[in-house]
Amino acid sequence: MSDVFYIQKEPIARLPAPSSLVGPLAWARANLFSSPANAVLSIVTLVVAVWCTWKALDFLVLSAVFSGADREACLAKNGVEPGACWAFVRDRFSFFIYGFYPVAERWRVDIFFVLLAVGVVWLLWLKAPRRDLGLIYFLVVMPVASFLLLNGASFLGLKPVDTALWGGLMVTLVVSAVAIVVSLPLGVLLALGRRSQLPVIKFFSVLYIEFVRGVPLVGMLFMANVMLPLFLPGDVSVDKLLRAVVGISLFASAYMAEVVRAGLQALPKGQYEGAMAMGLGYWQMMRLIILPQALKVTIPNIVNNYVALFKDTSLLLIVGIFDFLKAIQTASIDPQWAVATASVTGYVFAALVYFAFCHGMARYARAMEARLNAAQKR
Amino acid sequence: MSEPATTPADPRLAPSEKPQVAFWRDPEKRGYFFQALLFLVVAFLGYEAIANAVDNLTRQKMASGFGFLNQIAGFDINQTLISYSNTSTYGRAFFVGLFNTFLVAGLGIVLATLIGFSIGVARLSSNWLVAKLAAFYVEIVRNTPLLLQLLFWYFLLINMTPQPRDSVSLGLNTYLNNRGLFLPQPVLGNGFTAVLLTFVAGLIGAWLYRRRAHALQEATGQQSPVGLVSLGLIVGLPLAAFFAAGMPLSFNPPELGRFNIRGGVQVFPEFVALLTGLTIYTAAFIAENVRAGIQAVSKGQTEAAYALGMRPGPTLDLIIIPQAMRVIIPPLTNQYLNLTKNSTLAVAIGYPDLWQVFAGTVLNQTNQAIEVIAISMAVYLFLSITTSLAMNWYNSRKALVER
Repeated sequence: MSDVFYIQKEPIARLPAPSSLVGPLAWARANLFSSPANAVLSIVTLVVAVWCTWKALDFLVLSAVFSGADREACLAKNGVEPGACWAFVRDRFSFFIYGFYPVAERWRVDIFFVLLAVGVVWLLWLKAPRRDLGLIYFLVVMPVASFLLLNGASFLGLKPVDTALWGGLMVTLVVSAVAIVVSLPLGVLLALGRRSQLPVIKFFSVLYIEFVRGVPLVGMLFMANVMLPLFLPGDVSVDKLLRAVVGISLFASAYMAEVVRAGLQALPKGQYEGAMAMGLGYWQMMRLIILPQALKVTIPNIVNNYVALFKDTSLLLIVGIFDFLKAIQTASIDPQWAVATASVTGYVFAALVYFAFCHGMARYARAMEARLNAAQKR
Repeated sequence: MSEPATTPADPRLAPSEKPQVAFWRDPEKRGYFFQALLFLVVAFLGYEAIANAVDNLTRQKMASGFGFLNQIAGFDINQTLISYSNTSTYGRAFFVGLFNTFLVAGLGIVLATLIGFSIGVARLSSNWLVAKLAAFYVEIVRNTPLLLQLLFWYFLLINMTPQPRDSVSLGLNTYLNNRGLFLPQPVLGNGFTAVLLTFVAGLIGAWLYRRRAHALQEATGQQSPVGLVSLGLIVGLPLAAFFAAGMPLSFNPPELGRFNIRGGVQVFPEFVALLTGLTIYTAAFIAENVRAGIQAVSKGQTEAAYALGMRPGPTLDLIIIPQAMRVIIPPLTNQYLNLTKNSTLAVAIGYPDLWQVFAGTVLNQTNQAIEVIAISMAVYLFLSITTSLAMNWYNSRKALVER
């Protein structure tokens, strides 16, 4: 017997999986070429997609014009049509953001943007400190401060700026922010009203919600614009921007009410009964038991509603408010930049900005949904 | 008779009298108070609004009432489905706008449904590329405003198409230029009504046959070729009638002139832009509804069907689609309503829909804001309410009946 023997100390290295199951080729076989019909479909779609991507890339980047002072830069040279006219967007960028807001006062708008960003991050970032203060900041401090900043306050030494001069992305954000801040509490009240057992309150809530949801937003804006002045005493005149904000906020509240109602209905009845058994009154029950739970499960829907609201603010253009889209449209018909590619580039830029905001919100909603669902999983 | 009092009443079980509370703490009385308060506030606001409106109207010497509907409109509308000229009345202009709204909404609903279902199914495709492209389309379209998309399509149609004299021929006597799309105009000959009647008869026949086949299957398990027979009745029969009547249909093609195109049917760029925008936008939302509906049918349903020996085709037809439709249809009708309401964005690009004609031009000319807006809103409200009533009826019929 030899005293030399061998013990395998290390596990034998694992063999790689057969190449027919892993790796890019296997992936392509499973996901693109699983059947002859699928293969044909993949190839056709790939060709179309590559061609479209190439065309878009060529137009937007490769043959685009990035600098220039006026339309000359974006005209065809030596018979070659240039692509996107980014020079136009660069030149008019501050107009897109501030509209006709006086140049010397634009720092105030910048501060408003910062205030808004702080409020949004404070509320949306779940690990932010003192989110209860954040809510107060968002619903009270920020609106008041923003109003004083943007509108001007002579006692603070801020020169008043007429709302007719407000414009661009700033107006879009102001209107969205107001509508977002106003529509949630109003929507909650309307939803509670709709589920109330008091017939008169229920009737008026249902009437309001169904009326608003049944008419187009253009209709609400027209109503706020044309009919509101008729319904007010003759000597009261309401600012045009304010009228539009009222219209859009009232519109958004009705939709918010339905979203909140869905959350209220999703709560098991035991929660109501438990709260009543504890001797809580109606408002205590709502404030301490029902609404915190109902609103939590509806956060994704609320944010999705805000996406719709943000997109809807573009309709302000129709009633003559100088919003972001209107600023771009106005700038592109200005003779200085009157060239077709400038308009197209402007629209593409607007689409990118709207997409960034909406997609960001939608992503947040999806993440919240995943988080809430994770709690349900066992 | 009161309850038998054989045992000494347990004070905890005794029917207690209503506890004596101050009236402002009694929920019932509080309820009455707040309802009365709300009613008074609403009534006061309503009264104030009406009083102010009357006051403002008399001060500005504005007319009121619906008499203006019989006055001469005096403006032209480019796209009219019923006869209209600038000597027609405002009332007639209203119907022109209404039919234009129906036209664009109706076509939009059909197209958006077709595209939406295709994209929704494509998102669930096992083909990675197709699924990703569909998702890309949905993400882009859903996250940009409809108005922006409309303006974009309209701009492209107006600026990227040639002048009338360089019209692009798309074949089959169809031309495209910056004044729109020019199609051959169908001219109906004698006997075309008969063809239409056979088509309607075919539809009814197919429906009756389907009902009979269904009853037969329920009773005996015997299946009938419903698809083939329906095809024959709906397509074959009218075609046969068409040839039998000597093909009573001819086309009046558009003719390319020096500066413009004469004859044919002109489809205005506003209409094309609005239809394209509404279709593409709504299709993305419908695609999401369809995807959610299909995903809502649990995998066990498919597996159970396979276990019963059903093949993939019938499984889809008889098991998956009926259950998915139950989830898809309610939000689908919502999308149809949204599309109809969104067609008011026609105002931005100048398509003469109800809102643009009536709440736009007519309002500007007559200045009768209250009447005009009320009529216009009532139309959309009517559409919404009838649709949701129909929806409730459908839901109550199709809702899952649990035992």
